[in-house]
Amino acid sequence: MARMTMIEAVRSAMDVSMARDHNVVVFGEDVGYFGGVFRSTQGLQAKYGRTRCFDTPISESGIVGTAIGMAAYGLKPCVEIQFADYMYPAYDQLTQEAARIRYRSNGDFTCPIVVRMPTGGGIFGGQTHSQSPEALFTHVCGLKVIVPSNPYDAKGLLIAAIEDPDPVMFLEPKRLYNGPFDGHHERPVTPWSKHDLGEVPDGHYTIPIGKAEVRRAGSAVTVVAYGTMVHVALAAAEDAGIDAEVIDLRSLLPLDLDTIVKSVSKTGRCVVVHEATLTSGFGAEVVALVQEHCFYHLEAPVVRVAGWDTPYPHAQEWDYFPGPGRVGRALAEVMEA
Amino acid sequence: MVDSARLSLHVPEPAVRPGGQPDFSNVKIAKAGSVPRPEVDVASEDIRDLAYSIIRVLNREGEAVGPWAGSLADEELLTGLRNMMKLRAFDARMLMAQRQGKTSFYMQHLGEEAVSCAFRKALEKGDMNFPTYRQAGLLIADDYPMVEMMNQIYSNESDPLRGRQLPIMYSSKEHGFFTISGNLATQYVQAVGWAMASAIKNDSRIAAAWIGDGSTAESDFHSALVFASTYKAPVILNIVNNQWAISTFQGIARGGSGTFAARGLGFGIPALRVDGNDYLAVHAVAHWAAERARRNLGPTLIEYVTYRVGAHSTSDDPSAYRPKTESEAWPLGDPVLRLKKHLIVKGAWSEERHVQAEAEIMDEVIEAQRQAEAHGTLHAGGRPSVRDIFEGVYAEMPPHIRRQRQKAGY
Repeated sequence: MARMTMIEAVRSAMDVSMARDHNVVVFGEDVGYFGGVFRSTQGLQAKYGRTRCFDTPISESGIVGTAIGMAAYGLKPCVEIQFADYMYPAYDQLTQEAARIRYRSNGDFTCPIVVRMPTGGGIFGGQTHSQSPEALFTHVCGLKVIVPSNPYDAKGLLIAAIEDPDPVMFLEPKRLYNGPFDGHHERPVTPWSKHDLGEVPDGHYTIPIGKAEVRRAGSAVTVVAYGTMVHVALAAAEDAGIDAEVIDLRSLLPLDLDTIVKSVSKTGRCVVVHEATLTSGFGAEVVALVQEHCFYHLEAPVVRVAGWDTPYPHAQEWDYFPGPGRVGRALAEVMEA
Repeated sequence: MVDSARLSLHVPEPAVRPGGQPDFSNVKIAKAGSVPRPEVDVASEDIRDLAYSIIRVLNREGEAVGPWAGSLADEELLTGLRNMMKLRAFDARMLMAQRQGKTSFYMQHLGEEAVSCAFRKALEKGDMNFPTYRQAGLLIADDYPMVEMMNQIYSNESDPLRGRQLPIMYSSKEHGFFTISGNLATQYVQAVGWAMASAIKNDSRIAAAWIGDGSTAESDFHSALVFASTYKAPVILNIVNNQWAISTFQGIARGGSGTFAARGLGFGIPALRVDGNDYLAVHAVAHWAAERARRNLGPTLIEYVTYRVGAHSTSDDPSAYRPKTESEAWPLGDPVLRLKKHLIVKGAWSEERHVQAEAEIMDEVIEAQRQAEAHGTLHAGGRPSVRDIFEGVYAEMPPHIRRQRQKAGY
């Protein structure tokens, strides 16, 4: 057991997987010699050689397309898209190829790839280094979509993703790479070394894909969140002094509907929080499911807190980012209803 | 300020439109046997001319001439002829079946039979093709059962793909035929990835990528070339230039480039153009490229110069955009007739045996059709289960799809 940042946990997951399975290969822009712009692949090339961890041309479609071909051969590629914002050139390969190969070939060919991408805002990345494109993936049948919120989950989920027989989109909230973040940007960041979930086993373990985790038990209202927003939701509940139950989805597709339904049926109130823009965001899916499955338990309309329906601004980042203030107001709103 | 005329946009047009006289005077045809055959370890910069010429083996007299001749024995050529005839007969029956409403859609190979049939014979068991929709010859030439192809076309109860794919979008791992995508060029780069994997594992198998002339405009074509070039992947990058991308003539995608093959030159990839209607030339060039790949010398790009005699698909009407007699004017002839003539000239075949073979092959195709139709067609007889809609999206069915399946009553 060691204290790890999320970057170290992600690296450890790839290290463990590459050591266990010689078919695991890691590649992407700058991931080889340099070890990635966030250093999440640092040391892997030195340890496993240049044919198992290597740099690629700047061509996201090429990265994902070659990964698909390698998977058809029998390898298990775990590739990096340097920022989630850059995955759009690869979108065709992901949605119409990777996601469909098993289905359209009736299992003759499969596509066990993992596509890692740093996601979300909070680092002054502006429009092209801050996006949260998860809803673009959850709309695609055949993909799996994971967003971890801490080092322990990140490692266990990434190993599970690499071992999964289907294509997995692994979105890493970059604001959480070095420590938990509660949305109070003016306060110093607490390192993961001071957090329970920064304790990460050195060896192999997995966390099942498709299972949510209750991060805070409560009876007054359910807050559904994932990634960075889990920490914001926890801070908002503390600040507001509300007996909120906070669910960390961890996996958006498949989604752990049972945990959501069980909680909302108990609390009767629900707030959904995500960083991505509001309209047609993943929160809409959660609200629809809550409405379908918990309607007779609801005591207030379900409320969403999300990024605004605008591109992610640079200078006004903290007005865009859904912080504990906005989540707190939403909690108050559903409690008053 | 420069005193000049107003700018105007250049939009290329084919030489002739419907009603005009077909004209292929712009297609420069090298004399059969005139293009040299370099060693497989030649440097790409030393064979730049091969990206502009056309490698041909069969001359007008039906003789095999020049340095690219002699890669196949008579028996292999007879098999090649038979495979091309089989593909042509198969096409004719399936085109008719589509017209009879037994399936929704079909795409024929008329005029292009040599490309896929000859290419398959240059590969070995275990190699992998990433084909487009006009390479069924890869399956025919590998003896994939025709009845299975028809089951797929009919989406019947025995369709190996359970009714999920458009007709002709076959898949067979065993026969080295990757599941076809309707999205263009996506599989070009996947083929490069497969080849890279084979190299990573120090395997001996190679991959073949397939694309049409029009789809070379897609960005994935360029991604594939840069990856293939960078990692020296053991892959053969095939471009089938059949002159037409549905109604758009090849000059639109080609732009200012001299030839499609020439696109490989900027990537340092050896690039060759070959007469796509010459079974012997296609095989010889494919074999050369396969040997290069297998000797770890990297990728080769091949442009097959051919002509799509038939419509793009059953949804297309070529008379609306090109002269009806254009295919007759095509200077490289008919691949079946050319190989037939060669074998007759060699004394290995005759007109009588050809007529007899045509009848035998048609019987074989009709019998396969009878067997396939016993399992149903798109609108009649046995069909895949509705349950099959929900199966196989993932290795294990997740709860939300299970709920939807139950809701559908399965």
